[in-house]
Amino acid sequence: MHVERVADQNARKEHLMQQVRSDMALAGAQTLIEVLPNEKCFLKCITKPSTSLSAWEQGCLGHCMDRYMEAFNIVSRTYVQRLSQEAESMRGNSSSSSSL
Amino acid sequence: MTEKFDEATQKELTQFLLEEQKKERLQASVHSLTSACWDKCVTGSVSSRFARSEESCLVNCVGRFLDTSLHIVNRIESQRRAVAESSSNGLNA
Repeated sequence: MHVERVADQNARKEHLMQQVRSDMALAGAQTLIEVLPNEKCFLKCITKPSTSLSAWEQGCLGHCMDRYMEAFNIVSRTYVQRLSQEAESMRGNSSSSSSL
Repeated sequence: MTEKFDEATQKELTQFLLEEQKKERLQASVHSLTSACWDKCVTGSVSSRFARSEESCLVNCVGRFLDTSLHIVNRIESQRRAVAESSSNGLNA
């Protein structure tokens, strides 16, 4: 009886954690693939809106979204590198290294 | 009706949520930084790859952004110290 309850609680805990993780991943992905590039790439590629998307505009949108993802990765990598550098120097040149 | 989590599990979940919030804040910073640095660095038309100069601009953009925040924090801190010092001098006089 008690064992069952513990197992049930663990399952609910895992479920909750998984829910939080996937909600966060979804929100992050949404921001990355919809909101930001949509705004940035619309500005960059659709300079003079006409009655439909031209082939050039469609090509531009494709490149733009790829470049935006790349920019996100460059920024993310550089930012995290710098943060861990700062953390390192704050610990006064301690030898241990940590991720984030 | 589900039961409440026991104390140890509650603690674990709190810790988990704090960690996730930290990640969330980091993600949010990276998103806004990407947006700002994109505007500064990707000024021409986009093609199938970044120009070398655009790529280094993005890297520099992140570095200088963080330098800027540190600079601002240090400046405010030194101003705060100067005010605190002058007011304590005033009291001593």
